[in-house]
Amino acid sequence: MSFQILLNLFLAFLWMFLSSNYSVSRFIIGYLLGLVVIVALRKFFKSRLYIDRVWAVIKLSVLFIKELILANVSVLTLVLKPKLELQPAFFKYETKLTEEWEITLLSSLITLTPGTVVVHVSDDSKSLFIHVIDSNDIDETIDSIKNSFEKAILEVSRS
Amino acid sequence: MTILANVLVVFLILCGLLFLVVAAIGLIRLPDLYTRAHAASKSSTLGVMCILLGVFFHFWLNENHFNPTILLGILFLFITGPVGAHIMSRSSYIAGVKPWAGTGRDDLKPEIERMKKEQNLK
Repeated sequence: MSFQILLNLFLAFLWMFLSSNYSVSRFIIGYLLGLVVIVALRKFFKSRLYIDRVWAVIKLSVLFIKELILANVSVLTLVLKPKLELQPAFFKYETKLTEEWEITLLSSLITLTPGTVVVHVSDDSKSLFIHVIDSNDIDETIDSIKNSFEKAILEVSRS
Repeated sequence: MTILANVLVVFLILCGLLFLVVAAIGLIRLPDLYTRAHAASKSSTLGVMCILLGVFFHFWLNENHFNPTILLGILFLFITGPVGAHIMSRSSYIAGVKPWAGTGRDDLKPEIERMKKEQNLK
């Protein structure tokens, strides 16, 4: 992936030298043309195209911001309700992710989603222990949300 | 244009203020440490982020001063907020802070007891 980015930068500089015009706009044009060349030659690279991964990162960030806002609205309604309706629980969540940065990212995503805080990560880092604030109806929905998160993270890390 | 910018700034700062107030009320009303961690980690992170964004837009649109330090501050809060909540709740569980009586399933207890036995902690 980093090789492709370096190649793209190299092509952009090459374009600047070819047109002997060293300005930012020329660099951007060269970068876009280099991108076209890299997309055209994609079958010669072993890893997948890097714009694919950049797109996955953008999708993950949008998901993150959406979940952060939803989490805050749910905390707001929970706290401001006249009667507290809580059913807290600690539950165990098995994760498929293996790399450490993936698990860190997943646990901070979970901490910022509605009603869940990661309390402990097991020593073999295969399961996360999550404190959930309302265990009645949320259990399944939380699992589905986390499957979407896990899928998005796998989408980023897939080579 | 100035009116639009001002509306954006005021909206963002009011939102941030609302979330911070909710975080404070949550810290008082919720029954135990773990539920308080929810209010503290989420609402205060988004609240401070909204206020910083409002300040950023005010200086950018009204005063023509682009200040990327504020954006770095937002990024920093975004990364450290959830980690802080995680570390505090984990260390208090290991130190033996009891969860609220209404807590249902507790999968964490056997795990922590096993860990303490392995490391010869009390």
